[in-house]
Amino acid sequence: MIAQLRTGERQFALILSGMVALVGLAMAAVGQGDPMGAHGWIVLLFAGVVFCLLLRSLEDPEPSEDRTAVYYDDPTKVGILISLFWAVVAMGMGVWVASQLAWPDLRFDAAWSSFGRIRPVHTSGVIFGFGGNALIATSFHVMQRTSRARLAGQISPWFVLLGFNLFCIVAASGYLMGVTQSKEYAEPEWYADIWLVIVWVTYFTLYIRTLARRNEPHIYVANWYYLAFILVMAILHIVNNLAIPASFTGAKSYSAFSGVQDAMIQWWYGHNAVAFFLTAGFLGMLYYFLPKRAERPIYSYRLSILSFWGIVFFYIWVGSHHLHYTALPQWVQTLGMTFSVMLLIPSWASAGNALMTLNGAWHKVRDDAVLRFMMVAAVFYGLSTFEGSFMAVRAVNSLSHYTDWTVGHVHSGAMGWVAMIVFGSIYAVVPLLWRKETMYSWKLVEWHFWLALAGTVVYVFAMWNSGITQGLMWRTYTESGTLAYSFTDTLVAMHPYYIARAFGGALFLTGAILCAINVVMTIRRVPERVPELDHPTSSEAGEPAVPAGE
Amino acid sequence: MNVLIVLIPVSLAMGIVGVAAFLWSLRAEQYEDLSGDAERILYAEDRPISSKKSEPAQRKKETPP
Repeated sequence: MIAQLRTGERQFALILSGMVALVGLAMAAVGQGDPMGAHGWIVLLFAGVVFCLLLRSLEDPEPSEDRTAVYYDDPTKVGILISLFWAVVAMGMGVWVASQLAWPDLRFDAAWSSFGRIRPVHTSGVIFGFGGNALIATSFHVMQRTSRARLAGQISPWFVLLGFNLFCIVAASGYLMGVTQSKEYAEPEWYADIWLVIVWVTYFTLYIRTLARRNEPHIYVANWYYLAFILVMAILHIVNNLAIPASFTGAKSYSAFSGVQDAMIQWWYGHNAVAFFLTAGFLGMLYYFLPKRAERPIYSYRLSILSFWGIVFFYIWVGSHHLHYTALPQWVQTLGMTFSVMLLIPSWASAGNALMTLNGAWHKVRDDAVLRFMMVAAVFYGLSTFEGSFMAVRAVNSLSHYTDWTVGHVHSGAMGWVAMIVFGSIYAVVPLLWRKETMYSWKLVEWHFWLALAGTVVYVFAMWNSGITQGLMWRTYTESGTLAYSFTDTLVAMHPYYIARAFGGALFLTGAILCAINVVMTIRRVPERVPELDHPTSSEAGEPAVPAGE
Repeated sequence: MNVLIVLIPVSLAMGIVGVAAFLWSLRAEQYEDLSGDAERILYAEDRPISSKKSEPAQRKKETPP
């Protein structure tokens, strides 16, 4: 890893990590007696470890090979391993949280293990830790391959990856200490938010600079999706986290907006995080790895571009559908509802495009679990976007909102779509990155596929049943006009579904653990692939090289 | 709903950036050879093109008007 860097670059990285360590020390000093002080020590430890690693190999020999002749894959490799680590941790947290709902004693009477604290560890861990690292890692991979150019920087990819993970660690440890600004998917406090802005702007600059040095004139559609993900997330993050710290020596801050205004900002952010983090980024993954794995071009490339621009222009307006029947003006709610229904068009265009790409290659889908992961991801993408548009309609929302149906909808998207496409892409890319002949065990991949599918289906069905039951019980009146069921009655009715949900989650977690084991064993045990070409070729852009085996 | 004074301009500005990016992609001839663009990723070698021969300019010359 560090051997790839020249001495000057190592020195620069050393100074950078030293500066971050100093910031950590300063936070620890001024934040004594506040969670911010504990975060200071965490930052110091994190940057200190990086600093020591760099210091140890500062005097090592310079890299000998011509770096411009190969892609820069080290950050991608590390990113994928970190992503799998977060997957196991955060899905484990999810199973624990779900089990607490079925068996409340599993809290063990500690403050840090209460539902309100470990739930955000699960959500942030899965979305940012697992999904975010997978997005960063694959974006580096895809951008280089489709641009036929090496990453524009040696240190900045590492800064983005490690800096992002420092943010994730500060976030997760903060939740356990009770640090939160109470905004869904944006819980970390002000200093973590500022740090993420720095990391994210570096990420955007890196992406644009690499794109600018591309040797392939066309920008492949996956890059547009990744680019939208990076750019829009930056803006959303900045606007939603506008806050004034109560003091610069503590973690607490107050939002710049209040009441329903704050709620509108939060859900403008929240739904666009779904759109540009959990949809656009992973569509970028789909549009690259699905055709690569199926060895067929995307069914309609034109449609993929059209649906990109559709998503970009429609999604930004839909956030207010989270605030039906609130103090938000009616017309704003209706605007969100209308755009939500319109979104079905670009969403289904993408899902249909992915499935049509596989049309004619069903024998590959039958034989290859990796391709099956991607197919199931496309199916769940289509299902959950339909469900989402449907639930955004005000009349449906009156039944579904605040119930477990919403939880089921989110998980059909997160497990069925996001996690499936990530796992498919990881299985597709790991042998390529580490230059291995194959995965360690295809049997484990099969097991993972069926566990993940079964887990998702059990989870989603449990939550559909539970949510609709709950919604109907809440709106049932007796003849005298009083509510027929108490809140406790609904809890009793939901108990079996909560057990089923924890079981489904456990199946899914088991699959993720199998994936992590399989990847580690692939790296350690599988022999290196012998390259088909052992002589340099002079390839020309615009004139595709003859595919191997044709 | 004072917040809309913030949100609507921000959203519109983002939309304008989107339109600008789209117009740029049209002018940069990004959509001239869609089927070729879709297929090229399948056959590309797993190494960057290191020599900077300004390929985009070359390709433009090759395409007949």
